[in-house]
Amino acid sequence: MKKQRSSAAVNSTLIRRPIQRMFPLFLLPTFAAFCIGFLWPFIHGIYLSFCKFTITSNAKWIGLDNYVKALQDPGFLHAFWYTALVAVVSLVIINLLAFAVAYALTRGIKGSNLFRGVFFMPNLIGGIVLGYIWSTIFDGFLSHYGTSIVLDSRFGFWGLMIMLCWQQIGYMMIIYIAGLQSVSEDMLEAAQIDGANGWHTLWHITIPTVMPSITICTFLSLTNGFKLFDQNLVLTGGQPFDFMANGTVIRKTEMLALNIYNTFYLNSKSRGVGQAKAVLFFILVATIALIQLRATHSKEVQQ
Amino acid sequence: MKRRHLGKTLLSLLFVVICIVYMMPIAVVAYNSFKENGSINTDTFALPNEETFMGWENYVNGMTVGDYPFLKSVCYSFVITILSAGLILICTSMAAWYISRVDDLFSKVVYYLCVFSMIVPFQMVMFTLAKTANVTSLNTPWTIPVIYLGFGAGLAVFMFVGFVKGMPLAIEEAAAIDGCGPLRTFFSVVFPMLKPIFISVGVLEIMWVWNDYLLPYLVLDRTMYRTIPIHIQYLQGSYGHVDLGAVMALIMMSIAPIVVFYLTCQKYIVSGVMAGAVKG
Repeated sequence: MKKQRSSAAVNSTLIRRPIQRMFPLFLLPTFAAFCIGFLWPFIHGIYLSFCKFTITSNAKWIGLDNYVKALQDPGFLHAFWYTALVAVVSLVIINLLAFAVAYALTRGIKGSNLFRGVFFMPNLIGGIVLGYIWSTIFDGFLSHYGTSIVLDSRFGFWGLMIMLCWQQIGYMMIIYIAGLQSVSEDMLEAAQIDGANGWHTLWHITIPTVMPSITICTFLSLTNGFKLFDQNLVLTGGQPFDFMANGTVIRKTEMLALNIYNTFYLNSKSRGVGQAKAVLFFILVATIALIQLRATHSKEVQQ
Repeated sequence: MKRRHLGKTLLSLLFVVICIVYMMPIAVVAYNSFKENGSINTDTFALPNEETFMGWENYVNGMTVGDYPFLKSVCYSFVITILSAGLILICTSMAAWYISRVDDLFSKVVYYLCVFSMIVPFQMVMFTLAKTANVTSLNTPWTIPVIYLGFGAGLAVFMFVGFVKGMPLAIEEAAAIDGCGPLRTFFSVVFPMLKPIFISVGVLEIMWVWNDYLLPYLVLDRTMYRTIPIHIQYLQGSYGHVDLGAVMALIMMSIAPIVVFYLTCQKYIVSGVMAGAVKG
């Protein structure tokens, strides 16, 4: 105990104090940029969600009105359900395919490294360029049938799904491969000697061992789905539109992030509502992140 | 045993086919970039033939298609990406070292704020951030790295702190006893040890900034400064009025740097992406 305390004191004078004196050089630049690039905009954004404004200088406090309007907006509710659908369906498809590919590529087949490289590559292409590539492909295909991806919301949905799979399978595959490589050979061998067949070992040994990877990938694809913006903007931009009798527009393939963006920039009068929607969106994404934290934490305790 | 061998060969063959299909979208764009404008719309999947083959003409036209020179957007993309990644790496590694070695109340608060910022979606701050950037005149390609440092500090600080916490203190103590001040300790002792995490964070930041669309779109003055994603989105917006062949060539040219980057540092990219994924 005594020794520990004295080493802490040495550490304090040797390391801690001198660094602390260098605060303006070490921590201040990052902290200042953090305040400009995140902290102030975040706080200001929360304040503005309770205001009516077109530019920040004419903000007028109106309480919860923006939130009420946001929750009564049929376009916003549609975007929420559509986003949830995209996120959940893409989660299931991407993870099943990525796991299957990772499983096959850890069987020691020839050319695995090359195949991994090919699957991972699309992940590096940004959403905008990716969207342009796929809208060219889809329209080239659909034009033979005299239609287009922006004309039917089913095309928009499945088009987006194919694009998301193409982009994300490689990424999830890498995480699954890392998990699969930690499955111990001894256990697999023991199972084989005990007479377990391929399905049994997969179900009772492999999958429980890669559970941490499954948790990571599940939440990763879920948050990716909810935050999706670039791809949605380029591929369909929310089209086709439904014009309601009372003048509101429902953009059939518009997701939450794009809905918020449109609320801000298509009509400058609804910026307060847009900011309120953004706060709700933040709460939603933060909730998913917190559930994820609990899930990964409880798994660690079990092990 | 023999049957198993056969199975593996078949699996290999199956994957060859899947990979060819997987690369099709890029291949289609690649050969369309050599085709004449009209035939891209009518026969997207046909290979170029004698009639529709254009040679490199599309690539020449791609340089000037739209209302903004492509090369200019490439330059700005490079400037913004390199400056931002450099600034983020230097500043956040220093900040992370300070946070984990000093560990007082203030640095704890900064650390948890950084962690918190990781779960905030960009839409939450986009309007006020663009406004702040305008007021502080950080809205040029040379100053936007400060915005990137601010908004991207969360992940970088989090990853660096996680790494520094696992580094032995004894080496820094030895350096300090030998008379190194904090600056020298950091740059000649700590810095070299940070190399693996430095590469991981670097790869993540480069990929993020290079591909980012909405932040520069809202922050920069778009009549003067455009990055590659902004330029391409503008072309998409004027769909049908632009020379499609030129746009295909342009897409190939914007993928090229990514492919080169990937082929040269594949190992680091994969490990960087892994490190970023397991952050939760």
